[in-house]
Amino acid sequence: MTTEEITEYLNREYGGNLDPTYAEAGDSWITVSPSVLREVAKTLRDDKNLQFNNLMCLSGIHYQKENELGVAYHLHSTIHDHKLVMKVRVPEDNPVVPSVESLWKTANWHEREAYDLVGITFRGHPGLLRILTPQDWEGHPLRKDYEQQESYRNVSTGI
Amino acid sequence: MAPVTSPQPAAIENRTMTINMGPQHPSTHGVLRLEVTVDGEVVTKVKPDIGYLHRCFEKYAESLGDYAKVVPYTDRIDYVSALHQEMGYVIAVEKLLELEVPERVEYMRVILAELQRIASHLLGIGTFGLDLGAFTPFLYCFIERENILRILEKVSGARLLYNYLCVGGLMRDIPTDFTSDTWEFVTSFRPKIKELNDLLTTNSIFIDRTANIGVLPAEVALNYSASGPMLRGSGVSWDLRKNDPYSIYDRFEFNVPVGQGEMGTVGDCWDRYIVRVREMEESLKIIEQALDQMPGEGDVKEAVPRRIRSKEGEVYVRTETPRGELGYYIISEKSGPYRIKARTPSFVNLSILPAISKGALVADLVAIVGSIDIVLGGVDR
Amino acid sequence: MGLLDKKYHDSNIIIVSLESALNWARKSSLWYEQFGLACCAIEMMATAASDYDFDRFGIIPRSSPRQADVMIVAGTVTMKMASRIERLYEQMSEPRYVISMGSCSNSGGPYWEHGYHVLKGVDKVIPVDVYVPGCPPRPEALLEGFLKLQERISNETIIEPRETEQESTEEEKEPIEVE
Ligand code: SF4
Repeated sequence: MTTEEITEYLNREYGGNLDPTYAEAGDSWITVSPSVLREVAKTLRDDKNLQFNNLMCLSGIHYQKENELGVAYHLHSTIHDHKLVMKVRVPEDNPVVPSVESLWKTANWHEREAYDLVGITFRGHPGLLRILTPQDWEGHPLRKDYEQQESYRNVSTGI
Repeated sequence: MAPVTSPQPAAIENRTMTINMGPQHPSTHGVLRLEVTVDGEVVTKVKPDIGYLHRCFEKYAESLGDYAKVVPYTDRIDYVSALHQEMGYVIAVEKLLELEVPERVEYMRVILAELQRIASHLLGIGTFGLDLGAFTPFLYCFIERENILRILEKVSGARLLYNYLCVGGLMRDIPTDFTSDTWEFVTSFRPKIKELNDLLTTNSIFIDRTANIGVLPAEVALNYSASGPMLRGSGVSWDLRKNDPYSIYDRFEFNVPVGQGEMGTVGDCWDRYIVRVREMEESLKIIEQALDQMPGEGDVKEAVPRRIRSKEGEVYVRTETPRGELGYYIISEKSGPYRIKARTPSFVNLSILPAISKGALVADLVAIVGSIDIVLGGVDR
Repeated sequence: MGLLDKKYHDSNIIIVSLESALNWARKSSLWYEQFGLACCAIEMMATAASDYDFDRFGIIPRSSPRQADVMIVAGTVTMKMASRIERLYEQMSEPRYVISMGSCSNSGGPYWEHGYHVLKGVDKVIPVDVYVPGCPPRPEALLEGFLKLQERISNETIIEPRETEQESTEEEKEPIEVE
């Protein structure tokens, strides 16, 4: 199924009002609100006609202009062989997104990474700790306004 | 006189112990740190601690502001299979910009990628043997690996990090004796696989240390989104070159080897190992076909844009590297790349380690880590 | 008969100064710490393997810093790793040497600009004897680095022991650069 067909199917079967977004080039995606994200994700995984059993990628994004943070989920079904991009956006001052770790185990480390580098909090994650940078690191490096800390444990990070 | 009471024997305390493996440890393949909780000799819990090689690839990719400048950094994500990292990236950018690539370039990329796959598997197999105490196969693997590196060096000028692919084509023309060199390698390498099999695959010590160890069931592998030999070792026939062909892989005949539990259970360390060995043979097949079909003439820089005019949009492109699915998620703006995320197979495959090493012995943990065949550059980026 | 009148030519005794004997022993069995960080480590492995064969110089990998004479810092040192490198260095016994392999550990290499998590040069945490440039250096370059280190060792004297403390190295020691 293509993104349109999947959105149509979801709207018809579950009474939602999802709408795919298209860009000038590349893939299209659907945006869901954080409050229904888990429900939608569960449906996508378990529905007989969708069966997205493979979460290929989960990435955190900082939209600086809109003061928002976002998460993109790249889903794939090895059974039906179709793909879907799902996005969720939250305000920068309260970046809480429900975790999908219990649905796809692979999300565990990806969500920790998004927390570490972009600063999104995943509600319901079993151990949301920094993963790449040390636990006492300051700031979230992939935010566009990130300022590198001058030194870490008395070792300068500059040249 | 007060009766003498014999002292109660103190209850034997059963305490678990936490030991630290790495970041400097000869068999963690780099700077991986594992926090291992052991009950005697049995592992009860493993907590990987990564990030010791976090080199800020994603920050670089968005700060450089130009798609072409990112290529050398993609090399360094997974330095054992640098060409695959480049290939995934340039394919993603080409898809975004809707560029058509000349035939000759496509063939060349496939040949190089398959050569690199063999080189990478040789390194993976050699160090896996080394982890288990077999030193000789490592040396034999490196002899062959050097032969491949010599070809790649002639083509690109570098031994390890090539920076040879570019958006729309190749950096420089193909040397005239490339075809003959590659043919020579292919013919000389076939019998060497048998030699390797004799040295390691059927070695009974090796089998004892790998069969039935670290069994990864197929459902768990899928739920963790494992890929590459890790997934195929569990008996799932899934190869992006076959199932979601990119470049020109749909033109070639080859098989997808899967683990069958020949020495133990499906999905054990031995299965993951044998998948790699068999994949090398399949790669040889692809190289032979590609060499036969490759057009002899053609400008490899024909489609290379002078200046990359970025478009608004986003793509997620995945390719099959020796370690599994490598995905590039590119969000592009008019001014250039806005966000580039590399979803590396090593990162995802390593996250399975806690699930499959419960109940193993400490010595087996080394075998399990070796069989995942991680590259820390890929894990930490 | 005094010691100096004796004829030694038909016995297997060699007379050298203690210093050069020590230096000779030191430089001919440089055991390095098997310890890879990043891409450069793959080239280090290639140098140790069949084609380039480190062993012919008496250079043998050891897995424990306590048994090693020389540490090859092969790859990118990150902020998270820096304190570990320091500790590994401290665990090595004297005399100890450090070879910094590759631009990353020399100066941050390709990651010098936006690499927020990369240490810009391992010499910020431990003293370095030989810098081998390249990204990655070819195995031949690493071998050359070892030859330079041997050269350095053969010029050591016991009267003025080598300074290894970090404070004193900064001004006094002139690092060697391989061409
Ligand atoms: S100097 Fe180059 S090859 Fe060596 S670790 Fe750094 S990036 Fe890798």
